[in-house]
Amino acid sequence: MLTFEDFQPGRFGTFGPRHVSREEILAFAAEFDPQPMHLDEEAAKRSMLKGLSGSGWHLGSLMMRMLFDGFIGRTASLGSPGISELRWLAPLRPGDDLTLDVDIPEARVSRSRPETGIVTFKGTIRNAAGQILCEMVSPIIVKRRMDAEEGV
Amino acid sequence: MRFFEDIEVGSRRELGSFTFTAELIKKFAAQFDPQRFHLDEEAGRNSLFGGLAASGWHVGSVCMKLLVEDGKREAEEQAARGEEVATLGPSPGFRDLRWIKPVLAGDVISFASEIASRRSSESRPEWGILEARHTGTNQRGELVFSVLAIAFVPRRNRVA
Repeated sequence: MLTFEDFQPGRFGTFGPRHVSREEILAFAAEFDPQPMHLDEEAAKRSMLKGLSGSGWHLGSLMMRMLFDGFIGRTASLGSPGISELRWLAPLRPGDDLTLDVDIPEARVSRSRPETGIVTFKGTIRNAAGQILCEMVSPIIVKRRMDAEEGV
Repeated sequence: MRFFEDIEVGSRRELGSFTFTAELIKKFAAQFDPQRFHLDEEAGRNSLFGGLAASGWHVGSVCMKLLVEDGKREAEEQAARGEEVATLGPSPGFRDLRWIKPVLAGDVISFASEIASRRSSESRPEWGILEARHTGTNQRGELVFSVLAIAFVPRRNRVA
């Protein structure tokens, strides 16, 4: 299990690629974001995004899955209090292959819960052409290793 | 939905409520956020959440779902009054999203949205930019979710 001590400021890693199919985009949009620009080719062509695009919440949820598969799944994570900022910079398209860069702007011990640390992650999702689709900054609460070492 | 010019800062809409059943929580988590406290009751009870907890991405996605459903209701009301209906544009993002309290299996969350600010788009004169504070409140009246969302909204006098 990765603990707070494993997360130092700087570049943490690059994860993916994750292929996103048209069927996945349509299924997510039908359940959570049934706007015409996410469901209907003709309406999507007339929209600002000029073609069928995935829901931004789908892209965010895919980033969560890529974070999980990349390292959260083997991290002593206690959850996250929120997201400071998320920017959707370009549309998610059917057939995109996503890669995720993870940087750590800051990592500090929690004042209120000193057995944990707060690691701030910056996630950047790009498509195969290298275009940035989404950027997110979010703190995650991670256990410190001292618990195990001190036999608490 | 309404056009940019017709939307007042401070105006609020109740978006409706959603029951986060254990089945729905696990289904979303299995696909997008398979951390143990989102998949297993026992692991949830032993976590900071104190029970099987919905992924924060699930809570945000349900808020989006209710926003879209409310937009359809508003469009029907407008059409019934003979008004022209605007179509919501895409969102460039959001800020200050807070998962304030866990959403546990069986919780009923009521969502609402209040317009926080509006301004013209410098780069796209046919669009305005709205900021709205969306919130989620559980059946005990506790605020559990809050986000300041940004969206493009068409202006009434846009050039086709």
